[in-house]
Amino acid sequence: MTAILEISGLTKRYASGLVALDDVDLTINKGEIFALLGPNGAGKTTLIGAVCGLVRPTAGIMRAFGHDMATDWRRARARIGLVPQELSTDMFEPVERAVAYSRGLFGLAPNPAHIEQVLRSLSLWEKRKDRIMTLSGGMKRRVLIAKALAHEPDLLFLDEPTAGVDVELRRDMWRLIGAMRERGVTIILTTHYIEEAEEMADRVGIIRKGRILMVDDKAAMMKRLGRTEAVITLAQPLAELPAALAALTVSLENGGTSICYRGGDGTGKGKAEVAELTKALVRAGIDYTGIDIHDSSLEDIFVDLVEEQEVEGAA
Amino acid sequence: MSFNARSAWSIYTRELMRFLRTAFQSVLSPVLTTSLYFIVFGAAIGGRMPDLGGVDYAAFIIPGLLMLTLLGETTSNSSFGIYMPRFTGTIYELLSAPVGVAETLVGFVGAAATKSLILAAIILTTAMLFVDYTIVHPFWALLYIMLVASAFSLFGFILGIWADNFEKLGIIPMLILTPLTFLGGTFYSIDMLPSPWDKIALANPIVYLVNGLRWTFYGQSDVSIGVSLGLTLGFLAVCVAIIAYIFRTGWRLRA
Repeated sequence: MTAILEISGLTKRYASGLVALDDVDLTINKGEIFALLGPNGAGKTTLIGAVCGLVRPTAGIMRAFGHDMATDWRRARARIGLVPQELSTDMFEPVERAVAYSRGLFGLAPNPAHIEQVLRSLSLWEKRKDRIMTLSGGMKRRVLIAKALAHEPDLLFLDEPTAGVDVELRRDMWRLIGAMRERGVTIILTTHYIEEAEEMADRVGIIRKGRILMVDDKAAMMKRLGRTEAVITLAQPLAELPAALAALTVSLENGGTSICYRGGDGTGKGKAEVAELTKALVRAGIDYTGIDIHDSSLEDIFVDLVEEQEVEGAA
Repeated sequence: MSFNARSAWSIYTRELMRFLRTAFQSVLSPVLTTSLYFIVFGAAIGGRMPDLGGVDYAAFIIPGLLMLTLLGETTSNSSFGIYMPRFTGTIYELLSAPVGVAETLVGFVGAAATKSLILAAIILTTAMLFVDYTIVHPFWALLYIMLVASAFSLFGFILGIWADNFEKLGIIPMLILTPLTFLGGTFYSIDMLPSPWDKIALANPIVYLVNGLRWTFYGQSDVSIGVSLGLTLGFLAVCVAIIAYIFRTGWRLRA
């Protein structure tokens, strides 16, 4: 794997004393989709801003494509695109001209064929002559993506790309991000929708109060921190657990009317153990009337991690 | 330091397009204002005024009127050009692009200065409808107008970065530049002021700008052309230094 963005010791302390980024280390690999998760005010947008030149870091080193971003920022920034969270664009400009401007701003010669391809891929071609102010919110967000793609970036930052858009458009956006990855674009996205990270990301980073709590492959994180929870409702209450179930991580709950299983990981081990549990119950002649099974999602892992850190911080 | 000409050109053309979007207002406003000044000061009052240094009064006020519009419009155009992206948030695109201070200045300030030159041409053409005049040093007049337009475009750029609301954006052109220009010899010669006002008037920097331009028009002015030129160049240099500082520190641009 080739690292295309290396961040080391990145710190941002505002004059007010607020530490928005606290000694952040992060490496992004070529071709991956990296999701940065965190609650509001965690530092996600500040981190993106620092890389893209919107925020002046207090300390730290950033290298993109091998270029030091403090000294060789022109060459680094030329290959980076940014889609901001806010719908910030010149509302009076027609779509096509606004996108062509973005390409020129990055110092590239006009390329109508590329602009057309970008606009078509975002279903904006029919709207190319329309002023941006006349478009819907979802289409405006597409214009921002088109502007970010106009200079053919190798690394694209998407700051809350689906914030405030409807479910259908969100699915469209996911497909679009997938297509960009297919073209070799490395993508870093921040999102509040953990389902989004679960759907698309190769790796996930969790940030809170300016500190990176964890960075891992999504699958590895699920395996390490994922759990299965199953509740088996019994036909008749039990006074105690049968000895046959002793090997499993189960407990008798709700006055002996249900058996709860909590265990496994994010790889399906939990489901297999629940199947074993039901077989053991049948063998022991214990009847049950229902099974409710739930695998923990990335969201559960995220909430647990953030809450855990808050408890540690308070202690 | 490298310079990306395409980036600068993109900013420049976009800013000019913004000007063209409001072309009707941009052209009509100076034509109307200049016409009114000539009707009131040139025809109504000017007829009762003596020639000043051998120059007909209606012709005498042309450089001052030109400077009045030039300073106001240039400063406003330039300040608005950089303030609006800050206000709407579109500044992110400029800041995240491989664009430095040189490209930004050539783009924004160059466009503002170009608009000012177009306005100057419109005003001088309008003036021809009301009064006969001949520019003695046309080359120097053009050069001086370009110099003043560049200096006040830079000044407007600083203003647009400094302002954090629309009130601040308008306060300098309205409450400082316009009064100083009116008091800067637009409609009179400093020699016409009684003592000590003729001396006090020399503390007004706009006096040197108006008289510098008047020298290029009629070969005579209340102050030395060398002093006018030196002050304008000095002001331009100070503005460039301030903008370089702003970009180096990111003041009001980067968080």
